[in-house]
Amino acid sequence: MIMLKTEALSKRFVLHLRGGLTLPVLDAVNLHVSAGECLALAGPSGAGKSTLLRALYGNYRADSGRILVRHDGQLVDIAAAAPRDVVRVRQHTLGYVSQFLRVVPRVPALEVVAAAAHNLTPEAARARAAELLLRLHIPARMHALPPATFSGGEQQRVNLARGFIGAHPILLLDEPTASLDSERADIVVDMILEAKQNGTAIVGIFHDLPVRDRIADRLHTVTPLLQDAA
Amino acid sequence: MKGYNFAYLDEQTKRMIRRALLKAVAIPGHQIPFGSREMPLPYGWGTGGIQVTASVLGEADVLKVIDQGADDTTNAVSIRRFFARTAGVATTTHTEDATVIQTRHRIPEAKLGHNQIIVYQVPQPEPLSKLEPSRAETRRMHALAEYGAMHVKLYEDITRYGHVAISYDYPVMVGGRYLMSPSPIPAFDNPKLHMMPALQLFGAGRESRIYAIPPYTAVHSLDFEDHPFRTTRAPHACGLCGATNSYLDEVVTDDRGGRLFCCSDTDFCETRRDAGHVGATEMAAE
Amino acid sequence: MREDTLLSARGLSLHFGNIPALVEVDADLWPGEVLAVVGESGSGKTTLLNVLSGRMAPHSGVTWYRAPDGVLHDVHTMPMPALRALHRSDWGFVQQNPRDSLRMGTTAGGNVGERLMAQGSRHYGRIREAAIDWLRQVEIDESRVDDLPRTFSGGMQQRLQIARTLVTNPRLVFMDEPTGGLDVSVQARLLDLIRSLVARLDIAVVLVTHDLAVARLLAHRIMVMQRGRVVETGLTDQVLDDPQHPYTQLLVSSVLHA
Repeated sequence: MIMLKTEALSKRFVLHLRGGLTLPVLDAVNLHVSAGECLALAGPSGAGKSTLLRALYGNYRADSGRILVRHDGQLVDIAAAAPRDVVRVRQHTLGYVSQFLRVVPRVPALEVVAAAAHNLTPEAARARAAELLLRLHIPARMHALPPATFSGGEQQRVNLARGFIGAHPILLLDEPTASLDSERADIVVDMILEAKQNGTAIVGIFHDLPVRDRIADRLHTVTPLLQDAA
Repeated sequence: MKGYNFAYLDEQTKRMIRRALLKAVAIPGHQIPFGSREMPLPYGWGTGGIQVTASVLGEADVLKVIDQGADDTTNAVSIRRFFARTAGVATTTHTEDATVIQTRHRIPEAKLGHNQIIVYQVPQPEPLSKLEPSRAETRRMHALAEYGAMHVKLYEDITRYGHVAISYDYPVMVGGRYLMSPSPIPAFDNPKLHMMPALQLFGAGRESRIYAIPPYTAVHSLDFEDHPFRTTRAPHACGLCGATNSYLDEVVTDDRGGRLFCCSDTDFCETRRDAGHVGATEMAAE
Repeated sequence: MREDTLLSARGLSLHFGNIPALVEVDADLWPGEVLAVVGESGSGKTTLLNVLSGRMAPHSGVTWYRAPDGVLHDVHTMPMPALRALHRSDWGFVQQNPRDSLRMGTTAGGNVGERLMAQGSRHYGRIREAAIDWLRQVEIDESRVDDLPRTFSGGMQQRLQIARTLVTNPRLVFMDEPTGGLDVSVQARLLDLIRSLVARLDIAVVLVTHDLAVARLLAHRIMVMQRGRVVETGLTDQVLDDPQHPYTQLLVSSVLHA
């Protein structure tokens, strides 16, 4: 069943601080992904893969076209939906793991992860958060520490735990294994494969080709619209 | 007395005060501003009470004046004589015989009847004055019946002392609507305000405010459900007449720590003694 | 006014002499939603907060509030007693400086209990219990219930103000730079507390702040104001990460990243 689909999705950036310079990035993108399937976005650096992923999440604004997400059995157009509807879709259906953890000072890692859970009691959320952190090799003694002092790789693993705890039917992943060594990258791959088996639809950017080959079922190539985009 | 109108004030002034009194009686517990006059005694000595008394006094009235319950202290004597000279009315020390009673800081022990008027001298008519310095704001609070601040004060007392630490001028709710200062009467006297058959008038000369409690009006002292209002009195009997239910004054009798507790209400005490009651001190003296 | 909005303003305009403080401002707020109003000094954001909460009257425009019973009230023509009652019960207002709202000479318990007493609570024990419960919720040790706010740190005073405001379970809270005057190290914990309380209690919030990071952390939607006008409005992360209006782009690019 198709969980996410775009129709003629287009986007450009207008840089008013640079005199209104217009940068077209996405042009009439059509893609789709089904439950239990992983669609990988491929293309050279700077082509617009991250932009496309962010647009799917509603983080970047689409200029035209539709982004249809299956939420509560209905297809919701993220590009046209009211902000509170997008919030609702993100809460229950659409998850996103960015490339870098946006650090909130002084909140313990466990709370950072647990806060992203929904449909769980606070105790259950904390228990599940601890489980995920441990699986991602963040030892228990670090759970009470704020991630601000963690290494890049550790922060990214906290970010991943936060992305997976929600058990969203659709997951968007932006370079999930980028700052991880191969041993830990394997753990993440296993988690992604398990999610797929549970019916999660995944759209991701994977810079590591072997990782991509293990996870992705199809590729969508993003071609750069600007010749010197790099 | 020559050169002075009946009861000192001119008739127009009395009319103005009576209009204020009518408004006050129409809105029990609500403060009515009035044009307080220059009186032949300073602020703080009962000018408000005197102006109210002067306005309600008639030729046939019998006037009693007490100060802290006593008819024979300097101020009570002075004010009583003032009205005797300017109004020529009969005066008495006997509560039951009076038709108008002016009082400073006490309510007589004898139950008052519906043919009597009691006039209270009030220093500070605004019960919220210590909590809210702005008069404009206190007026708004009264208008909107926003009395949360007063309950906060009571809450604080219970927190700090385990009980409400207000021993006199204990705030009351009149007619379920207005928060009122009953004047600095002891909290012991508060229950007497409730459903009193007599008309109760309050005058504050310096602050230029008049308020009233019509006969048979509900008056409740503020409290909490789990800390109800209780009266307290010194756990003694009157040394002169033996009364165990009256408000007592503590009198220092010598420089060796000797004390005498006796009724604050002199007329009440005297009446009991005339009836044959005797207190421990009297007995010891015999 | 739409069926489901909690607060709706249309065409709010206000000027101080020749200076336009608000120019044709529209705003909507849904139940349980946090709306951040951001802008620089002079943008009109604080004026907007004061107008929406009925503390200031606009020269033109209307603000509707939907009460729990579904009845619509025009905030600016409501009788004063009703508006004040609303502020004591269903609405809350968190000031930037907690000392503007707290009774500094009253114990923490008294401060938190005041709105309950104003609504008619007359049981000392229960009021105190409720106050202690709220102190716990804002992470103030309950042993401080009888202490005066004067003895509290700035962050604690602000948390006390929040407890005092939320004790009547308001559905709508106005916040004016709630972390504005606090040390940076204290802000983070307070923001996290606000975030979790608001989410758990499903409170709608209009939050004025000049700090985009605060808006990003707390708000679902954001309104960007410049010289009295709303120049951009939408999903918070979208407006901050993909700003469309030139002023928004300027604002976002001007933020220093530590």
